[in-house]
Amino acid sequence: MSLLEVRDLRVSFPTADGVVRAVRGVSFSVDAGRTIGIVGESGSGKTVLTQTLLGLTPGGEVSGSAVFDGTDLIGLPEEQLRRIRGAQIAVIFQDPLTSLHPLYRVGWQIAEMVRAHDKSVSKAAAAERAVELLARVGIPQPRQRARDYPHQFSGGMRQRAMIAMALSLEPKMIIADEPTTALDATVQAQILDLLLRLQQDSGTALIMITHDLGVVADIADDVMVMYAGRAAEMAAKRDIFYQPHHPYTKGLLESIPNSSAGAGRLRPITGQPPSLINVPPGCAFHPRCAYVMDKCLTDEPGLIPVAQDAYHRSACWLPVTAAGLSEQAEEARRRTVGEGRHEAAAKIAEAIAESPEAEGSVIA
Amino acid sequence: MSVTELEFQAQSAAGPVQAIEGRSQWRLTWRRLLHDRMAIASGIVIVIVVGLALAAPLFARLTGHGPNQLFPNTGLSVNGIPVGPGHNFWLGTDEQGRDLFVRILYGARISLFVGVVTTAIATVAGVGIGLVAGYFGGWIDTVLARFIDAVLAFPYVVLALALAVVLGPSLPVVVGVIAFFSWAGISRIVRGQTLSIKEREYVESARSIGASPWRIMVIDILPNLLAPVLVLATLSIPTAIVFEATLSYLGLGIQPPTASWGNILAGAQNYYNVAWWYLIFPALALLITTLAFNLLGDGIRDAMDPRTERLFAADTARRRLRRSKPAKAGGAGTADVAGA
Amino acid sequence: MAFLTFLIRRLLLGIIVMWFVTVATFLLFFVAPQDPARLLAGKNPTPQTIAAINARLGLNQPLIVQYGHYVDRLVHGNLGTSFVNGSSVNTILKQDLPPTLSLLVGGVILWLIVGLGAGILSATRVRTLVDRTSTVGVLIGITFPTFVLGLLLQFAIFLPLNRSGFHWVQTGYEGPTTSIIGWAGHMILPWITIAAVSAATYTRLTRGSLLDTMGEDYIRTARSKGLTERRVLYRHAIRAALTPVVSQLGVDMGTLAGGAVVTEQVFGLGGIGQQSLTSITTGDTPVVLGIVLMAALFVVVANIVVDVLYSVLDPRVKLS
Repeated sequence: MSLLEVRDLRVSFPTADGVVRAVRGVSFSVDAGRTIGIVGESGSGKTVLTQTLLGLTPGGEVSGSAVFDGTDLIGLPEEQLRRIRGAQIAVIFQDPLTSLHPLYRVGWQIAEMVRAHDKSVSKAAAAERAVELLARVGIPQPRQRARDYPHQFSGGMRQRAMIAMALSLEPKMIIADEPTTALDATVQAQILDLLLRLQQDSGTALIMITHDLGVVADIADDVMVMYAGRAAEMAAKRDIFYQPHHPYTKGLLESIPNSSAGAGRLRPITGQPPSLINVPPGCAFHPRCAYVMDKCLTDEPGLIPVAQDAYHRSACWLPVTAAGLSEQAEEARRRTVGEGRHEAAAKIAEAIAESPEAEGSVIA
Repeated sequence: MSVTELEFQAQSAAGPVQAIEGRSQWRLTWRRLLHDRMAIASGIVIVIVVGLALAAPLFARLTGHGPNQLFPNTGLSVNGIPVGPGHNFWLGTDEQGRDLFVRILYGARISLFVGVVTTAIATVAGVGIGLVAGYFGGWIDTVLARFIDAVLAFPYVVLALALAVVLGPSLPVVVGVIAFFSWAGISRIVRGQTLSIKEREYVESARSIGASPWRIMVIDILPNLLAPVLVLATLSIPTAIVFEATLSYLGLGIQPPTASWGNILAGAQNYYNVAWWYLIFPALALLITTLAFNLLGDGIRDAMDPRTERLFAADTARRRLRRSKPAKAGGAGTADVAGA
Repeated sequence: MAFLTFLIRRLLLGIIVMWFVTVATFLLFFVAPQDPARLLAGKNPTPQTIAAINARLGLNQPLIVQYGHYVDRLVHGNLGTSFVNGSSVNTILKQDLPPTLSLLVGGVILWLIVGLGAGILSATRVRTLVDRTSTVGVLIGITFPTFVLGLLLQFAIFLPLNRSGFHWVQTGYEGPTTSIIGWAGHMILPWITIAAVSAATYTRLTRGSLLDTMGEDYIRTARSKGLTERRVLYRHAIRAALTPVVSQLGVDMGTLAGGAVVTEQVFGLGGIGQQSLTSITTGDTPVVLGIVLMAALFVVVANIVVDVLYSVLDPRVKLS
């Protein structure tokens, strides 16, 4: 039984300009001790998704279910949700400078967390524990640093402090929302290292939200790629990197410099993510997809299993044996980045028709 | 392993709200303003007040009472007490037997004149100085900014009194004094706005083409200032009106016998125990006028800045969500909606 | 150590500011078209009378000399003597201070309670009836001219109460040493009058500051820690939102200590404000100078206190 099982979660926000459908039916699960990486660009809904789990999204209309350790978080009364926050599920936010209270000492803030759910813990004991935690995340001279204010810490140290805070009650699951984005490269690596080590030590499940596939490669067991409020592809880490199916996933991989998939020039994905108020009909990615077919314009694909292993799923109408697309098809696709999409589809169809190896992969 | 970033062409999505057709800002503002009932009501009230003020001489003729005419026989009772509202004197009289209604109307002329003229002067001066300070920067800005701060920090009550006494109280002096203390607030805001607008690209490009600074200030920056300046100006009018009324009340503004709401109320202070109308009606006139301008200014400001609306919509929805059961499924597709 | 240098530097600056103030005021009054001698001389003064008065007051000496005398006296703590009635300015100010301070203390407490309370209530219940009511209240409070409010309060409360034999509420001033209850009765209406405008401003300020704070990331973190909403509000949000309010309070108190002219005039309290009005109108320069100097002193001290307080409240701020 999974620790967290999310089914068809939908979140929308009424705004003056219309209803923003930030999350449009996402399902996934997380097992105890495992790490899932949720990858997507800004606006894909990844942050809203996780914050909704803890009821941290004001004004949203939520439907679906998210069963955590036997309890559905969606619709849970505030008081019960509050007891889960921090104690069972902890969050690490993106920008530790703005996420820590500027007017209270770091040690005090961590101690507050310790006492939040158990008032019987004395202030002294909580303070002591705070120092312990700071040491555990690798902050030198933790006793002195506990008396410092957040602005006196460096960026990396602040994030370590936030991690310390998240670990303080030994939660079953941690949600890390782009924890390394605000940090520079060397510090990023250190923080990820720390997270990995701590997670293995305590067996906490981890949801790692990021737009950086490199982070995912480091730390995740499973990956969910999100686009426009839905899951585009879900697979074990290896499959995402070596057998990506969804064109968006492939595009992400190709736009990484230095990766083998992106050999030669950087190939960014043309176009922009759609407005979540007026989501285009059919597949949300179709305006930017080089493989677009007629069906994509009208029918929105659900997650369809890709390989024999039913875990690897992709929300795409492209046939499973897309792995068998010929060289010519690939070439045609490369050439057509920038050209009209229907022309691209036509060329691909041509190329496939001329190529006997492509038999079996039909593009309608 | 090296950590790499994803590169996307064009700007990343600005957020979930996109692809809204661009509508003219002014038309949007106007439309929102028209939906604001308070603002409309205030606008109507202001129009009425202005109308009454303009029509003051007409009313004087109508009632047969000039604003400074004494009517000791019909206007005062046998004991010399002012007469209450009635046929002859619609809102009663003051202690000298003058028609209160007519005096209030003439007082409106003073108030509106002072309000509008001082605001106009303060706005022109404030925008001018703020624009120059913000645009040129450097030592010009430092000097001007310090000057603005000094004017704003000064205990203006004492200085206003002193100036009024030293220069002798009169209408031009009142206008000058009030304008002197009003321009700084506008200037500070204009300067701030100019500083941020200056950094925008089209200003940079205009400068690189070699457009003259004056041209840039007027054509590129000024139009963007119109919105906040309009709000400021509308809200400065009632401040000026109250300032004049206060000065006149203290005896340092418009001098009797010329009617000003302030000096009428000064007289009312000694007679309100026997002549309630003497206090209530001028007070009402002052209150209604200033309230109307304040509401209108607030309305314009709200119409220009709908962001606050969204914040409130979210908060209202959140409270609704907390109080009720889980929301019904939105959009296609059902799911097990667990919970009570 | 840094604190001492800060303090010394600010005090020195303050003294320079006050010096400027004396010069400015001095000049203002001596270039005024009004002639204090003529004002004092009464009706139809003879030239001899005027000359005599001028000599007595020392007004026939060159300006620099007069200023020199003034500074000399000032350094010895003597603010001079009134032109009008010859009493020592020090004495006059000492008499006038209690009403003003009474007004200040009571007013501040009242407007803080109302302003903070209404501001917090509105911010936590946005767009509900409570919030809308307070918004209307704020608008009225800001719009209401102080003197009109004072007059209306007298009319609506003082008059009817006195008429029906209830004499607790009175105009004028009675010190707390005479009778606390009497003192309160004299001060209650002035307190409401002076607090009204500020209560409105502080409500708006608190509400805005709190709303801004509630949108900050660290509030979201606090919630994610599982803290009760109450604790998030009081310990995290309000604590952060109060800093601008506190600094505003310091400034307001400093300004008000220089005298609330209008309120004192309306209620006949006889404080510094009312005194300044009288003295300015009668051209009683020494008294005016004394009041202006004292007001400037209060403002300088208040500014220093506010800066120190701010650095205490917000550890990110360093005293420079």
